[in-house]
Amino acid sequence: MDFAFSSEQEQLRASVRDYLRDRYGDERVVALAESDAGWDPSSWRELADMGWLDPSLGLLEHAVIAEESAYALLPAPWFATVALAWPLLDEQLRDAVAAGERSVTLARHGSVTADAGGDTLTGVATLVPDLTSVTDVLVVADGGVYAVEATPDVVVPRSTMDRTRRLGELRLDRTPARRLDASFGPEVRRRSLALASCEAVGVAQRALDLAAAYTKTREQFGRVIGTYQAVSHKVADIFVALQLGRSLAYWAAWAVSEDDPQADVAVSAAKSAATEGAVLACEYAIQAHGGIGFTYEHVLHRYYKRAQWLEAFEGYGRDHRAAVAAAILDSEGAVA
Amino acid sequence: MDFRDTPDEAAFRAGLRQWLTDTLPAGWADRTPAPGRWDEAFTREWTRKLYDAGYVGLTWPKEYGGGGAPHTHQGIYLEESARVGAPDHIGVIGLGMAGPTIIAWGTDEQKKRYLPPLLAGEEVWCQGFSEPGSGSDLAGARTRAELDGDEWVVNGQKVWSSYAHIADWCILVVRTDPSASKHAGLSYLLVDMHTPGVEVRPLRQITGDPEFNEVFFTDVRVPRDSMLGQPGEGWNVAMTTLLHERGTLGFALTAALERQVLNLVKLAREVGADDPVVRDQIAQQWIDLQALRFTNYRSLTALQKTGVPGPEGSVAKLHWSETNQRLTKLALSLQGLASQLDGDGAVWDGYWQYQQLRSRGNTIEAGTSEVLRNIIAERVVGLPRSR
Ligand SMILES: Cc1cc2nc3c(=O)[nH]c(=O)nc-3n(C[C@H](O)[C@H](O)[C@H](O)COP(=O)(O)OP(=O)(O)OC[C@H]3O[C@@H](n4cnc5c(N)ncnc54)[C@H](O)[C@@H]3O)c2cc1C
Repeated sequence: MDFAFSSEQEQLRASVRDYLRDRYGDERVVALAESDAGWDPSSWRELADMGWLDPSLGLLEHAVIAEESAYALLPAPWFATVALAWPLLDEQLRDAVAAGERSVTLARHGSVTADAGGDTLTGVATLVPDLTSVTDVLVVADGGVYAVEATPDVVVPRSTMDRTRRLGELRLDRTPARRLDASFGPEVRRRSLALASCEAVGVAQRALDLAAAYTKTREQFGRVIGTYQAVSHKVADIFVALQLGRSLAYWAAWAVSEDDPQADVAVSAAKSAATEGAVLACEYAIQAHGGIGFTYEHVLHRYYKRAQWLEAFEGYGRDHRAAVAAAILDSEGAVA
Repeated sequence: MDFRDTPDEAAFRAGLRQWLTDTLPAGWADRTPAPGRWDEAFTREWTRKLYDAGYVGLTWPKEYGGGGAPHTHQGIYLEESARVGAPDHIGVIGLGMAGPTIIAWGTDEQKKRYLPPLLAGEEVWCQGFSEPGSGSDLAGARTRAELDGDEWVVNGQKVWSSYAHIADWCILVVRTDPSASKHAGLSYLLVDMHTPGVEVRPLRQITGDPEFNEVFFTDVRVPRDSMLGQPGEGWNVAMTTLLHERGTLGFALTAALERQVLNLVKLAREVGADDPVVRDQIAQQWIDLQALRFTNYRSLTALQKTGVPGPEGSVAKLHWSETNQRLTKLALSLQGLASQLDGDGAVWDGYWQYQQLRSRGNTIEAGTSEVLRNIIAERVVGLPRSR
């Protein structure tokens, strides 16, 4: 039993953190979030140069990057490319992604069908993450996976609460598409759930840090507010939710990467606990900030919106708990 | 990162599983759990078997009767015991608190004297920390110990001492220097409960069971060298005890919760649990269990790599106690109005009624949840002190 990242993985974490601290301070993130594009496309090459898009990375490396990039609220289609599209990419796309030339998301809701001949698609795919940022989109249609270029004529932006992770609609009308030798299976979903859980951990950690910093300095009634237990105990509860979510998220990432028999229940446990924990962390942090925490100017609401995005992604907690309940109640044998 | 057993761990687990199957009465693992009434004779017999098989004090130093094994073996022992619902060793407080404190602070002689009989279950320990006037505020203890020749003379009262009625020894926090500041005036004695002047009076808990006691000390004479650490070091020694009591390495807490989740699933299958709300709540208990388990693994890994458990360990007892309260309440709610019956004729003869009531003590004993939140806020997150 060994529950620690390797020293290489820890080095990766440190380098990701350094880069994000240098390049993605709150001010820049806010400016990008408020911009039309929502991110800085020239940064994609930088991420590639640092190896964040390297095909050799495993899921545990992805887990580290997901956590840290959510901590900084990095606006870039890294999650779409790595947590969603990644296992379905063919060699051509994988190489282009690794070189920082292409970015990819995954469209799997809606009604898209392949036209006769099979080299064009028609229909609408909804709620596609980061569709407005990527160069390509993989579309799940008729049991196959197709690659389509995300050109402006097929992309409709949708106003999204989390402006750093916008959803879009894909409208295809005999649009050229290339069928990939891949199929959307449970392992693709498992990956995305594990990495969404790791993002939630990054969000909760930032909420804790913001809450701690503020309650250590803000004074009311002649005392620092962190001395009031009604305040400090909520901060402690953020810490608890963060640690529990982190343990489950790392377990899930490991279980998926090892194809462990418990991978399905692990991702469901992690997804429900870590994302609900992140939402709670942000809500408590907002409360601990008083009025300033309720402003558009303060960065907290952006984390809150990301936390809610993650909570809604691929099923709310209750959906995952229903899956866990089925696994432990409806089958015979050991449950724990 | 790897959660699988190493070959050595797998071999240990397999041997233990076999031993449990061979040693527990036939059908034990599948029996319906009995209410919490505690069978002393049975527990003593089981303790002896555990000891003879070498499963007690797995991680303790070999020279004092321990197994010298890594912490993971203790984790496996607790996991496997929980899965089959094996009984506990009789010396819960000795193994969990007194022993580790003696290992950390004791002289070689003290370790030789106290550890082997503790492991064998021949000497049972209790904890004399809380007093009528000081519970959460342990440093306010007023029980006095004054040096008279080669002996400490102890006068005062302790309260809520679990198992004091069957205990042979007590870890006792006393005030030896009333003129020193609150914390610096404390010392830590090892007291023979059979000494004249020690009087134990059982107190009934809300379950009806007399599990804890008042203990009165009247001119109790304790040899001068029956002290852990130096006079005035009692607070630091007591902190070692509390670290262990709160399950910074929460294997025991995980094992207890695992047992309860298994029981809950068994109950749900018996009474039927089709209601989606109920299923949601049961799944949440299972998730809370896994969260505790893996948090504990994380803390243990930090301990093995750095020598100190990670800060995440501070959430174990808080999370466990509150989860156990929700779980046992859920188990009652599955029984409808019949949940109000206890004893014969109740579901599982009143097992859940007992467990639910007992769980209310979980957020009070070993540091209240309020005190634990203070500790997390102040010592882990670094907020200013609230008092
Ligand atoms: C089942 C059980 C077994 C026990 N076994 C033992 C044993 O074997 N040996 C032993 O020594 N003791 C034992 N105890 C005692 C236990 O450690 C104390 O009850 C506990 O520390 C609380 O102390 P108290 O009862 O004096 O309550 P108090 O300290 O008076 O607390 C009353 C309330 O005030 C709150 N409070 C107190 N201080 C603060 C603060 N600073 N901030 C916020 N809230 C605060 C508490 O959280 C609690 O809600 C046991 C208790 C129980 C319930």
